[in-house]
Amino acid sequence: MQGGIARDILDLTLEHIVLVLAALSIACLTGIPLGIALSRRAAWRGWILGLANVLQTIPSLALFGFLIPLPFIGGIGKRTAIVALVLYALLPVLRNTLTGLLGVDPAVVESAVAMGMTPRQRLVRVELPLATRTILAGVRVAAVTTVGTATIAAAIGGGGLGVFIFRGLASVDVHLILAGAVPAALLALLVDGGLGWIERKFSPV
Amino acid sequence: MNPAIAFRDVSYGIQGKEILRHVSFEIAAGETFVLLGRSGSGKTTALKMVNALLMPTSGDVLVDGTSTRDWDPIELRRGIGYVLQDAGLFPHFTVARNVALVPELLGWEKARVEARVDELLVRMGLAPGEFRERMPRQLSGGQRQRVGVARALAADPMILLLDEPFGALDPITRHELQRQFLNLRKAWKKTSIFVTHDVREALGLATRVALLHEGRIEVLAPPREFLAARGEEVTTFLAGLDWRLED
Repeated sequence: MQGGIARDILDLTLEHIVLVLAALSIACLTGIPLGIALSRRAAWRGWILGLANVLQTIPSLALFGFLIPLPFIGGIGKRTAIVALVLYALLPVLRNTLTGLLGVDPAVVESAVAMGMTPRQRLVRVELPLATRTILAGVRVAAVTTVGTATIAAAIGGGGLGVFIFRGLASVDVHLILAGAVPAALLALLVDGGLGWIERKFSPV
Repeated sequence: MNPAIAFRDVSYGIQGKEILRHVSFEIAAGETFVLLGRSGSGKTTALKMVNALLMPTSGDVLVDGTSTRDWDPIELRRGIGYVLQDAGLFPHFTVARNVALVPELLGWEKARVEARVDELLVRMGLAPGEFRERMPRQLSGGQRQRVGVARALAADPMILLLDEPFGALDPITRHELQRQFLNLRKAWKKTSIFVTHDVREALGLATRVALLHEGRIEVLAPPREFLAARGEEVTTFLAGLDWRLED
């Protein structure tokens, strides 16, 4: 029995990590390019940031619920869980990418233009490197909140450490709740520390 | 022969405000043309039109006989060195990479780029062994500005634009850099446009001085004639000179 639960904790932790990694990768792969695009188009900023803000305010349990009846992205299971997690992780990544890019010293950008860099060279060689730290800070916030929110994925059959928590709630078993909550909390601390360390490594100035 | 740079009836306005009004002048190859004026007189605006950072609202700026509207802006800018007040160095690049930037963009061979960086650092009085690998934040204001000038000269541009390059420096460093600039000018004979609000700097460095006031050229003359020029704005600037001389 003891060996059994240790095994379960390990399996569910791994499942949890997969959920988080999948959601976070998708959030970065969409959020960073979107942030870059928005830094070039002031007119779209209000709309898209507004939309991302609204998504952020939907209570997570409700968001998972809303997604269930939707075709393709909805239903029961991991895919729906990941979609919901992506929607939450998107805002911090997007917002920090935009803030980072807009925060680059205008004199530095101007000299990049005046040296004859193409817009692409300017982005890759100057703006993104100088915004990296801010972007990573956004990724870190997204990662830590995703680790927490992912526990709710179990409510719609997404698996992960939330399985213990919901099972423990249903059977009023504090030990089971802790078996889910403690590893999730440790995971969050680990992710926070690890990404924080990388972020400091990336201080270009 | 074409003038190196020509302004043809250039005006520039933004949001209903006229910054430059019907400005015309020509700059011969090898000149050091100083644009003098108070802040808001339009001098920086005029400078930024030469490398197509800004386009005239009306009129034309010709570089080497071709309007900036017809130049490929990237190609034009790679042929023009640009020095800003705070040097505008890339904070995440070493001194060497900052200086190497334009030659790299132009696709020079690595060995040639490295040799060029060393040559320029020496020329600007910065020992390559000591300075190559430093980051801009590890430099003093004067050193940063030297790197800025070295970077602007790196690809041997036909034209050099300097926007109050020595304005933020202490008087002694400023004087040193002015002298160095004069020496460079004699050695390399670049066409330069130099923006300043310091009349003494203008008279000391210029082959000709253009005094801008509210977007118009009030006086355009070599330094000696400029001293004898009349007009309210000239008198104001020259009075500043007297006061400093007596001081």
